[in-house]
Amino acid sequence: MLEYEPVIGMECHAELLTESKMFCGCQNAFGGEPNTRCCPVCLGLPGALPVANRKAVEHVIRTALALNCTINRYARFDRKNYYYPDLPKGYQISEYDTPIGVRGWIDIEVNGEVRRVHIRRVHLEEDTGKLFHGMGNESYVDYNRAGVPLMEIVTDFPPDLHSAEEARTYLVKLRAILTYLDVCDGRMEQGSLRCEPNVSVRPKGSSTFGVKTEIKNLNSFRSVYRGIEYETQRQIEILRRGEQVVQETRGWNEERQQTFSQRSKEFEQEYRYFPDPDLLPLDIDEEWIAQIRATMPELPDERRNRFLRDYGLPPYDASFLTETRPLADYYEQVVRACGDAKQASNWVMGDLSRLLNADGKEIAECPVPPEHLAVMIQRIAEGTISGKIAKALLEEMYATGQPPDVLIEARGWTTIKDTATLSAMIDRVFAENADVVSAIREKGQLQKRGFLVGQVMKASQGKADPKEVNRLIDEKLNA
Amino acid sequence: MALSRDAVRQIALLARLELTEEELDAQVEHMNALLAQFEKLQELDVTGVEPTAHAFPVYNVMREDRCRPSLPREVVLANAPEQRAGCFVVPSILEGA
Repeated sequence: MLEYEPVIGMECHAELLTESKMFCGCQNAFGGEPNTRCCPVCLGLPGALPVANRKAVEHVIRTALALNCTINRYARFDRKNYYYPDLPKGYQISEYDTPIGVRGWIDIEVNGEVRRVHIRRVHLEEDTGKLFHGMGNESYVDYNRAGVPLMEIVTDFPPDLHSAEEARTYLVKLRAILTYLDVCDGRMEQGSLRCEPNVSVRPKGSSTFGVKTEIKNLNSFRSVYRGIEYETQRQIEILRRGEQVVQETRGWNEERQQTFSQRSKEFEQEYRYFPDPDLLPLDIDEEWIAQIRATMPELPDERRNRFLRDYGLPPYDASFLTETRPLADYYEQVVRACGDAKQASNWVMGDLSRLLNADGKEIAECPVPPEHLAVMIQRIAEGTISGKIAKALLEEMYATGQPPDVLIEARGWTTIKDTATLSAMIDRVFAENADVVSAIREKGQLQKRGFLVGQVMKASQGKADPKEVNRLIDEKLNA
Repeated sequence: MALSRDAVRQIALLARLELTEEELDAQVEHMNALLAQFEKLQELDVTGVEPTAHAFPVYNVMREDRCRPSLPREVVLANAPEQRAGCFVVPSILEGA
């Protein structure tokens, strides 16, 4: 049977982190009572004049630089004209043929191989309002989001991405860069980072391109992956039946894990782009670019390399920990306070991430401050608590926000090292399991020794120092 | 280059104008007359002249990123033909779901 491969282009929209909207002074924030962050400019009332937000422009220049783009010295705002209820002016202000950044790239790593994903353009525009559907034959419109600064990042053609996993990895990397730059919070579930992949399939190894579809409503990395997988399979099945793929926009249904045809566009849109006469063009000169370059933060790749070099972490750990800036910051604070990079990595990537995932929280909302985790790691290193107790302790620290020393004291979790106490415990276990003891002593069944150690640990509720227990058990068995 | 009747009909649709057949005829004539005026400009030799989007060589007119008060919601919604739950109400948009 003919093998097919997907060809994937990615169009991403990032809401920029600014105080105010793109062309007016209304607040740029998520949520809020409907239609309370609106003014004549973002409502498109007659006579209102837009003025560009300097910070938003600089966010786009910064991003374009981080994505290795060439900066267009001359960039102009254009009007993209169409009618839709979420667009109060009847046009969206965007950049048509003079995007701020062009011809960049992102390197991603898939299956241990570095792949370069080329970026076609990075441009600045404004977001639309929000429509609420499903009220019978009515829709409700909230214009709080209308006019929020929005950055569009589009991959180049021909596309470099050839699997759902590559597309997901690209998006993870893009989000990392945006959060490191502090230009976007990257919250896909809130729509501040949105991704619309276009997918087509072709016979494997072919250099032609099939008919593509665009997928919308993907609001997590997982749904991006699943949506592309689904669409790839759907198109392959259509072609295998000898039918044609229809060029269209398809929505993702999270419950059914399927894409569905969105027939909202009855005919090809004619956007009639033209320069916005209300806005003067940008002249992005070398001096301005140099100023922005001078304040570029460390980017994910640089930080990952530093983690490999300075902390001696395995590549997997270094990648995981540098995926978002808050996570990398948290980790570094733990390392600085406890001095053990590998232990810090194990706890942050293991138990702490598991607790956060189960709770649906981001590291920024973590109830355990990095200093507390660092103290906990030190207590393990000193032998005050065992690794096993530490797992329970971390859960308590997470649940209560209390420092580890307070909880160790309150719960009596200090490791028992005292020889007399341990000796008495072992004697009791020996007495209760005389048959096992004699099997070891007389028949040399050494494999049963572990059972005795386990019983002592259990009797101490995990608090006995395992090293001491082992030493004392050997001593007594040989006595 | 003359605009056909269909082209003018399409332009009217894009502008959300509802034209009667008579109005359409009048517009075909009117718009073609207008285009003829512009064709005169095509005679100018503009070799080496960069396309211009604005009349003045003024760049980088920007505002600082500071919030200013928004309008009270009742003012925002004052022009809404219909409103409910603090929102503008519009005919439902079919999304196919």
